[in-house]
Amino acid sequence: MPNLATADTAERLALLEETIQDLLKEAKRRGASAAEAVVSNTTGLDIAVRLGEVETVEHTRDNGLGISVYFGHRKGSASTSDLSPGAVRDAVRQACSIATHTQEDRCAGLAPAALMAGEVPDLDLSHPWDIAVEDAVSLAIACEDAARAADPRIVNSEGASFGTTAGLAVYGNSHGFVGGYPSTRHELSCAVVAKEGESMQRDYWWTTARAPEDLEAAEAVGRRAAERTVGRLNARRIGTCEVPVLFRADVATGLLRSFAGAISGGNLYRRTSFLLDKLGEPVFPEFVRIYEEPLRPRGLGSAPFDGDGVATSAKDLVTDGVLKTWLLDHYSACRMGLTTTGNAGGARNLSIGLGRDNRAAMIRRLDRGLLVTSLMGQGVKMITGDYSRGAAGFWVENGEIQYPVEEITIAGNLADMFKGLVAVGNDHDFASSITTGSWLIDRMTVAGE
Amino acid sequence: MSDTLAIARSQILAPVGLDDGHLERLVGALHSPAIDAADIYFQSSRLQSWVLEDGIIRDGNFNIEQGAGLRAIAGEKTGFAYSDELQFPALAQAAEAARAIAGSGGEASVATGTTPAVARLYQPLNPIDSLADADKVALLHRVDAEARRADPRVKQVIASLVAVQDTILVIADDGRMSADVRPLIRLNVSVVVEEDGRREQASSGGGARRDLSWFLDEDRALGFAREAVRQALVSLEAGPAPAGTMTVVLGAGWPGVLLHEAVGHGLEGDFNRKGTSAFAGRMGERVAAAGVTVVDDGTLPQRRGSLSVDDEGTPTSCTTLIEDGILAGYMQDRLNARLMGMAATGNGRRESYAHLPMPRMTNTYMLPGDKDPEEIIASVDKGLYAVNFGGGQVDITSGKFTFSASEAYMIENGKVGRPVKGATLVGNGPDVLTRVSMIGNDLRLDDGIGTCGKDGQSVPVGVGQPTLRVESLTVGGTAG
Repeated sequence: MPNLATADTAERLALLEETIQDLLKEAKRRGASAAEAVVSNTTGLDIAVRLGEVETVEHTRDNGLGISVYFGHRKGSASTSDLSPGAVRDAVRQACSIATHTQEDRCAGLAPAALMAGEVPDLDLSHPWDIAVEDAVSLAIACEDAARAADPRIVNSEGASFGTTAGLAVYGNSHGFVGGYPSTRHELSCAVVAKEGESMQRDYWWTTARAPEDLEAAEAVGRRAAERTVGRLNARRIGTCEVPVLFRADVATGLLRSFAGAISGGNLYRRTSFLLDKLGEPVFPEFVRIYEEPLRPRGLGSAPFDGDGVATSAKDLVTDGVLKTWLLDHYSACRMGLTTTGNAGGARNLSIGLGRDNRAAMIRRLDRGLLVTSLMGQGVKMITGDYSRGAAGFWVENGEIQYPVEEITIAGNLADMFKGLVAVGNDHDFASSITTGSWLIDRMTVAGE
Repeated sequence: MSDTLAIARSQILAPVGLDDGHLERLVGALHSPAIDAADIYFQSSRLQSWVLEDGIIRDGNFNIEQGAGLRAIAGEKTGFAYSDELQFPALAQAAEAARAIAGSGGEASVATGTTPAVARLYQPLNPIDSLADADKVALLHRVDAEARRADPRVKQVIASLVAVQDTILVIADDGRMSADVRPLIRLNVSVVVEEDGRREQASSGGGARRDLSWFLDEDRALGFAREAVRQALVSLEAGPAPAGTMTVVLGAGWPGVLLHEAVGHGLEGDFNRKGTSAFAGRMGERVAAAGVTVVDDGTLPQRRGSLSVDDEGTPTSCTTLIEDGILAGYMQDRLNARLMGMAATGNGRRESYAHLPMPRMTNTYMLPGDKDPEEIIASVDKGLYAVNFGGGQVDITSGKFTFSASEAYMIENGKVGRPVKGATLVGNGPDVLTRVSMIGNDLRLDDGIGTCGKDGQSVPVGVGQPTLRVESLTVGGTAG
């Protein structure tokens, strides 16, 4: 029998599928009317270097198993990192024991059999990188060296990190659906410290991709980290004011995440979203299109089926500013009397239609106001849309950056901010499952001195 | 301690047939002449959770995790590997991978021994077994009923109950073995209230290293339900928060998250060894007003943030971070303590066997002063009184931090006035405490709800403080 530690991908996939079948069989034997399970096996290498020397070398290997059993409409769940046959049986026993105390919930259960993903398409997500430790170390050092050499004010470093993981995940349920696929992810990041006078600042940059050849060059990552860090030196505070705010593209991803959260099933059936009852209504200005592409080849958020085994598909969430769909899993859809949208696990590869202006043109459009390049703290209240977060960035006058600012907050309400979106830039320049340019918002309250 | 060691041996080692001979060979395999330190961390944890929503017990989960992390350190370099299989060959392979950091070299010979007894801060019990499952779900139903009884505007109640038993066994490079059996319980209540189309949400809860009967004592769990409803109803009445810099009075207890963010993280040993903290090189300097003393204390019995020994087997301690306004100490794990020539303070913590330890906080709080809290409020002409908070965040290097108020009121002419919406507060860690102008006599610790994240690792922590008056904090509301 092959061993998870040594088997090749196809053998490991078969082994995990066998584990799923064992889980489902055992659940049936214990009287469950339905069951679903997910098992995974991930291996990886993480390297950290600092000031030109290796700091840590971590060899990672993680197994995971989760099962939910249903006795009619009563649910029980269990999970473990142990995939041995004894642990598998024990997990099923524990889940069944939990289900003796949970209560009838008419929506508890599997998504309809007819919605299960048929063929699992190959989304080109697996590009394993069998890199030697020494080569990974060299790559990370090259990245950090480039950052340290970029500017004399870079005086210290938190180091550079390299990581690669190769994972297998298989989902199956008692409808007979079993689907699994391998995926990989590689990352390189760097964080450095700059000092000038009394001012000390830190910032970072990163690259991440499914395939090694899609990563940004190590030196480019380092130089970008240095540039971002040095730019923050000698930041000042500004007075309290109401001004337009430009969210730099990498920071604007958070606004799209908040939007996706607000139209997600869990916040809708619990009535904890500020976008309740807004389906079919304008929530953004007319120029805005927001869409999801779960099947994008090599996409960082791609998946052929969702957490319920339901096929995923591309769709518009917002067209011409109007909210077109919710993001639902089977459970929340049932609670709302609707059908799942294949979004168990959330939105995958979310994008907003990019505009025509590059970053400099967006700053000219801002004219006078705040360019936000960093946000801190939670400060987003999903039930009301109230938004108040710590921020740092740059003060802009006459369409040009004047000086860096810090120790301020920006506040508003997400519903108003979405409606007050003036323009989206074309300056998408980072690796993420979210694609966006910078967002110019007409007016927010900035609190400072 | 010896009984926790016996529990750890029987829970973790016995089922996989690992004896002292195996352990000695593993530590020996990690420990060559080029290695300065090495350890093996065994962990076995069980977690059970229950969730009530819409008046029914919707789901429950049982989680079992076990594994071992093996670490070898040479100078500032750490080699690390872990395994969720505990059979000897898997561990031997991990030891080899971890030790590769120091190149090849002869193996050392190590004999296992037991660490001296340390004070037991909590019983080595399994809280999952401390109450029958039927009684756990009944407790959640009572919490639900209490929240709904408290006010008809309550439209939704989500209540959850979690019990964890975490057993750890650390074998250091000198062969000394330390064990700990850590119970942890947590109850949370979240409510949604609705009135005239306006909706608000609030939550409350608590936790400790105890058995589950703690939630039944004095109907503690029902108190959390009433508190969540009270906070949500205050939010329904709240107007816009002010924007700008003003005097802020912080309530006692959980608002101590200020200390955790503003000074706590910046005083962790790793950032100071590397010189990346805004506090680096400032030992002995004034960083707070006279009268301000802040400690990190892992030795408080049964607190969520407490540990009998840390995750490197070092007994926890009460470390004075700031004494009467002067920077006095850092929190250290073994690696950073050795490299800085200081003593380990029992702050070496890790999320699990699959993570490397680092310096982390335990229970961080400010000692009380002599002012009556009412006198503090009465002293403010115009300002903000912030009594409940969500989380916070800090930029260690620039020292800038945030923490978000979830319940706050305006103070006008020395009186607490209208409630205002939650708002984020920002400040600069190295000088915010210099603006503490009054310290209350009402030190309180939080109810056992804190979780701290650092480098992607979460650990349970505690915070606390007396009522404080702080001059010129920036409040991020929307009202001018």
